[in-house]
Amino acid sequence: MSDLRELYLEMVTDHAKNPRHRGKAEPCDCIGTGNNPLCGDKLVVTVHLDGDTIEDVKFDGEGCAISVASADLMAEVLSGKSVDDAKELFSGFHELVAGEGTPEVPKKLAVFSGVREFPMRVKCATLAWHTVIAALNGSEEVTTE
Amino acid sequence: MTQTTRIADAFPALNQTVGDKPLVYLDSAATTQKPTCVIDAVHSYYEHDNANIHRGVHQLSMRATKGYEGARAKLAALLGASKDEIVFVRGATEAINLVAQAWGRPRLGAGDEILITEMEHHSNIVPWQLLCEQTGAALKVAKVNDDGSLNVDSFKELLGEDTAIAAFTHVSNAIGSINQVKELCTLAKAAGAVTVVDGAQATGHMHVDVQDIGCDFYATSGHKMFGPTGIGCLFGRSELLEEMEPYQGGGDMILSVSFEETTWNKVPFKFEAGTPNIAGAIGLSAACDYITEIGYDTIHDIEMELLSYGTKVLSEIDGATLVGTAKQKCAILAFTVDGVHPHDVGTICDHEGVAIRTGNHCAEPLMHRFGLSATCRASLSVYNTASDIDALATALRKAITMLA
Ligand SMILES: Cc1ncc(COP(=O)(O)O)c(C=O)c1O
Repeated sequence: MSDLRELYLEMVTDHAKNPRHRGKAEPCDCIGTGNNPLCGDKLVVTVHLDGDTIEDVKFDGEGCAISVASADLMAEVLSGKSVDDAKELFSGFHELVAGEGTPEVPKKLAVFSGVREFPMRVKCATLAWHTVIAALNGSEEVTTE
Repeated sequence: MTQTTRIADAFPALNQTVGDKPLVYLDSAATTQKPTCVIDAVHSYYEHDNANIHRGVHQLSMRATKGYEGARAKLAALLGASKDEIVFVRGATEAINLVAQAWGRPRLGAGDEILITEMEHHSNIVPWQLLCEQTGAALKVAKVNDDGSLNVDSFKELLGEDTAIAAFTHVSNAIGSINQVKELCTLAKAAGAVTVVDGAQATGHMHVDVQDIGCDFYATSGHKMFGPTGIGCLFGRSELLEEMEPYQGGGDMILSVSFEETTWNKVPFKFEAGTPNIAGAIGLSAACDYITEIGYDTIHDIEMELLSYGTKVLSEIDGATLVGTAKQKCAILAFTVDGVHPHDVGTICDHEGVAIRTGNHCAEPLMHRFGLSATCRASLSVYNTASDIDALATALRKAITMLA
């Protein structure tokens, strides 16, 4: 059976308990709200852009360990990336947690590889990502349902 | 062997391992497991008696009809109703929608009010919101006290001559509070309102007598009382059912059809358009027999013992907080764990073989009332044992160690 420790790696629980990127990006150039009705979670993701470059990502709201850690590490990884890079990173991340292949992803995202064994938690891991991509595309609200 | 392990033996799905742990099923408020007698009844119907009902002249159809109508009689007996006051529906959700649309829609208008409570399941909120939109009626919501009981003063205050419908749950699925439905019906009736009681969480646990309660409508779901999914019933007082328009049109609900004029079948068939869930009704009939055989008194005694043990065990876990501590309560333990999100608690419990539910339990407004977005919920039934609660406690301590 899948191992719980693969899901809750130390880096995940650490970022869940002490997120570094909680708050609001200033100035806020785009904003998105993500809902996960399954667990009642709601994340607000704000982005500061400089042209096509993501300068800063912040998130706020309530969530489980997986969704908070994922939002926090996403914010870390996206900083300095282009909008297209962000979309590519998301597709790699999605493949990592929900797919079957072995995508190349930054180390900070690879800690979520254990999620694949817990299909009920894929939505938690991808909530912040869906939200940021929607925000970058100009739509404000997403839901994982 | 204790009495309760013998009860669990009648439920084959309980006897399995998930991963490498024995299953501990603590999600009976979502749906109960099914005893062998129910599974066998459904199986046997399809194996021997499968046919359409009411219309056939052949043997199988007669047997199927007898099983289906027999189920109606069983439910009527269980609830203290008469046969023609029992309408088969898919479940409590459909029962409430039926009342809203077939009784409420033609009768309500601007100026009318519908009174519900803060502790309702979404299925006793949304049908009324739809009805308000359709008719211009207004929704009023009675408050819940800090301990999770209904604030009866608030209910009284909101009740008035404009109240057309008062709809409230018998037992809260999210926190277990039992409402004094008889008292609420008396109050509502005095104000001239029609009463709708959501009994989805009651009929698997306590003796319900619709005459004693004095309600106009009572809704319940078979799958929460050891029966199959997709079958439930609406009790409606005869006078009301008689004066109501049909809910859906189709076969079986008519007496005669012509392009000029169609006449309705008599109650309760008027509300049962189309081929119904025959196997479901027959399974539910067996579930009624099962309940009668064990007896609500025994069910009550076992569940109350589990509730008090569970309450004590949870109170001894540092960081766990019970939500809903009403004096009158069913065996539902809703709780939060400091520093651990319910969804993570749920995953860790599942890993220990302990099936609980986490989230808003289809009662979002109630969660907001308590300033929460989600809780964990362990809901018990007659087949649970003290050792199931011990397994929950072990899993919770593990969650706290890992994540808090
Ligand atoms: C109190 C209450 N009312 C209504 C319902 C809806 O029942 P069903 O989904 O079987 O129609 C439920 C089910 O969770 C419930 O707990």
